[in-house]
Amino acid sequence: MSKAKANSKPKDNVSPTVRIYIMGEAKDVPASLTIMKAIEYAGYKLTRGAGCRAGFCGACATIYRKEGDYRIYTALACQTMVEDGMYLTQLPFVPAEKVKYNIKDLSPSAETILRYYPEVARCLSCNACSKVCPQDLSVMDYVQYALQGQIEKATEASFDCVSCGLCAIRCPAEIPQYHVAELVRRLYGKYIQKYPETLDKRVKEIEDGVFEEGFKEFMSMSHDEIVEKYKARDFIDQKKK
Amino acid sequence: MKFIRGYPETMRKSIDNVNKTRSKRIDEVIADMTLEERDKVLKSFHPDYKKETKENIAWGSNKGDIVPIEVASILNAYPTVSPDTIDLSKVDYDVGVLIIGAGGAGTSAALWAKYSGVPENQILVVTKLRHGDCNTIMAQGGIQAADRSEDSPLIHYLDVMGGGHFTNEPELARALTEDAPAIIKWHKDIGTMYDLNEDGSFVENPGGGTSRNRMHATKDYTGMEIFRTLRDEFRDLSIPVLEFMPAIELLTDEKGKITGALLYHLETKQYFVVRAKITVLTTGGFGRLHVAGFPTTNHYGATMDGVLMAYRAGAQLKHLDSTQFHPTGAAFPEQIIGLLVTEKVRSLGGQVLGYDGEQLCYPLEPRDVEASALIRCCISTENYIETPSGMRGVWLDSPIIEEIKGKGTIQRDLSAMYRMFQRFDIDITEDPILVYPALHYQNGGVIHNKNCYTSLKGLLAAGEISGGVHGKNRLMGNSLLEINVFGRRAGITAAKEYKKQIAKGNLTLNHLKKTVTALDALNIKDKKYAPILLPEYREEAVQNRLIQLYEEIR
Repeated sequence: MSKAKANSKPKDNVSPTVRIYIMGEAKDVPASLTIMKAIEYAGYKLTRGAGCRAGFCGACATIYRKEGDYRIYTALACQTMVEDGMYLTQLPFVPAEKVKYNIKDLSPSAETILRYYPEVARCLSCNACSKVCPQDLSVMDYVQYALQGQIEKATEASFDCVSCGLCAIRCPAEIPQYHVAELVRRLYGKYIQKYPETLDKRVKEIEDGVFEEGFKEFMSMSHDEIVEKYKARDFIDQKKK
Repeated sequence: MKFIRGYPETMRKSIDNVNKTRSKRIDEVIADMTLEERDKVLKSFHPDYKKETKENIAWGSNKGDIVPIEVASILNAYPTVSPDTIDLSKVDYDVGVLIIGAGGAGTSAALWAKYSGVPENQILVVTKLRHGDCNTIMAQGGIQAADRSEDSPLIHYLDVMGGGHFTNEPELARALTEDAPAIIKWHKDIGTMYDLNEDGSFVENPGGGTSRNRMHATKDYTGMEIFRTLRDEFRDLSIPVLEFMPAIELLTDEKGKITGALLYHLETKQYFVVRAKITVLTTGGFGRLHVAGFPTTNHYGATMDGVLMAYRAGAQLKHLDSTQFHPTGAAFPEQIIGLLVTEKVRSLGGQVLGYDGEQLCYPLEPRDVEASALIRCCISTENYIETPSGMRGVWLDSPIIEEIKGKGTIQRDLSAMYRMFQRFDIDITEDPILVYPALHYQNGGVIHNKNCYTSLKGLLAAGEISGGVHGKNRLMGNSLLEINVFGRRAGITAAKEYKKQIAKGNLTLNHLKKTVTALDALNIKDKKYAPILLPEYREEAVQNRLIQLYEEIR
């Protein structure tokens, strides 16, 4: 990505390389790269396995092992550095059904969770889901909270989920945790979290045309007049000099 | 190289300066710039004002407009398909409403088309990557809406207009600000979470260029929370979506009306023909063109395909000379250069500092002004910080947030940022963040009115593809708003058009033939082809060895 760095003055740092295995193929790549950039460096133009490239979309879920190590590791390729001896593969797609519901007809309870995702009751508490989560969430905990109907706790514990699906791939009870988490959060957002009263009041004011005159006035103003209005704004919320 | 808590030893001296000055800076307020001062720093340092990085659009309805070279090279490129070789007689998908692009704007357009009475099997959403590989999902800081009694859509409108240097389309700025509270209400109705105070009121923070605190957020995952809720709702309503099947050209009838689109399957390399009564373009912006050589905060697919398709079909564009550089892209470590460091860091009290640990400017100027002030520090003073790889940046003092708002604020309200830097051994509750502006947003684009009609019959547009909503500079929190406001309006308009008793048009690529004729007349030596669909990040050594096998020759 050197062409994308206008602000950088190249220096004569010779970057050390590491050997990684991309779907079995050995490649020597600069040690300073993320897994995603290393795959591109090695010659692959990604179609699947890259989305936001910043740790939010969950497209780059990656599974790897390391030389001399029996464990299975997981990562988001865009957020993880390469290491010597990584055997890498990316998940192109996670097969897991999202159950359909109408959020307006539900109640925030364990019954709701079990009606749509009965497999949650099969959780073995093995914690495999938490171990693979690239966001380091306590996935098993939120599954247990959901099972107990503790919607608020399940929401908090699952909030930072990027829906990469690695948990669902590893789960021996075949639970699609990240879809369960979505239902949990929507139940919380709709039924448990308070509803700020300012909102309906303001929406009604707008519908009643309270700001109509003001907008008409602004939109009929000359450039200079609107600039003056802008300059005259007050800042009641902020410290200003 | 010796690293101490994630930073090289050589950068530690300046970090010490930051730590030393912090207690003094807690109550220190730097004056914001007057309009004249803003103008001066913009003209001297903002990449938009650099003539050497600009080029003319060489043909079409905006011929002669001066835009960044990277943008011109797309608009002046040849089509990737030859109009004569495509068989349009077999229609693969025959629908009422075609929505091209499945980010925030496309998803809300689809939802509102459905809410407004279009049956789900008459809606088709197509997208280049997965449903949700988009800029919306990575938007962090928040969404503006004037719901407090101390605030009003009128004040929001003034902020928007001033932020855009009064170049905005007033009716679009009005729609943006006047619809905002209803958007938050809709989000709450479908179960979106927003941060609340103990008393149940919204947590509302300032943003650059806002005169009221009206930034609604969900930690620093605001876009992710909004998007995943919209997508879940979308899936509940069984609206069909085709992934990895971007549109590569629009289709027109003999009179130039948009009648559908040509899709390209990225994996099977087949094309597919869609006929539609009404087409909605929600394809986002151009971050991955790396305008002016900048790294970008944008998702992988942001290559301006939609603007190009519309332009070839004859759409009018505006403000494409204007690019938003987010003031605070990450400048260290190397692996994440250009990734977004949310403006929320400054909303919560984070300050921007030079090598000496002193404040450089008011931290919440409108984005273009703030970015220019940071560039000024790095290219015309010695008060910048340099990384071992030669990248220059300035400090964004995050630890001060905990001094102002209390311990634990960062892990609670900036958990994505905390996590991103933690992955590289940097603790942003203890140490500042090195930042430099990064390409963030396409300010200009396709002209449309408040109901999303473009200058072309049969074509609507909404979201980042749009030109005019923000004028030549967008404020924080108005893009998450825009994709919802205009996505919703586009969906409602699409439903209205769908219900009209009109026959679908014929399918032709006549406009592409005209495009090719116009380009041929220019005798371009170095012919380029677009849409590019995805940026090229393979090393030169790899690119030099690429060959095209016969089936891939266009």
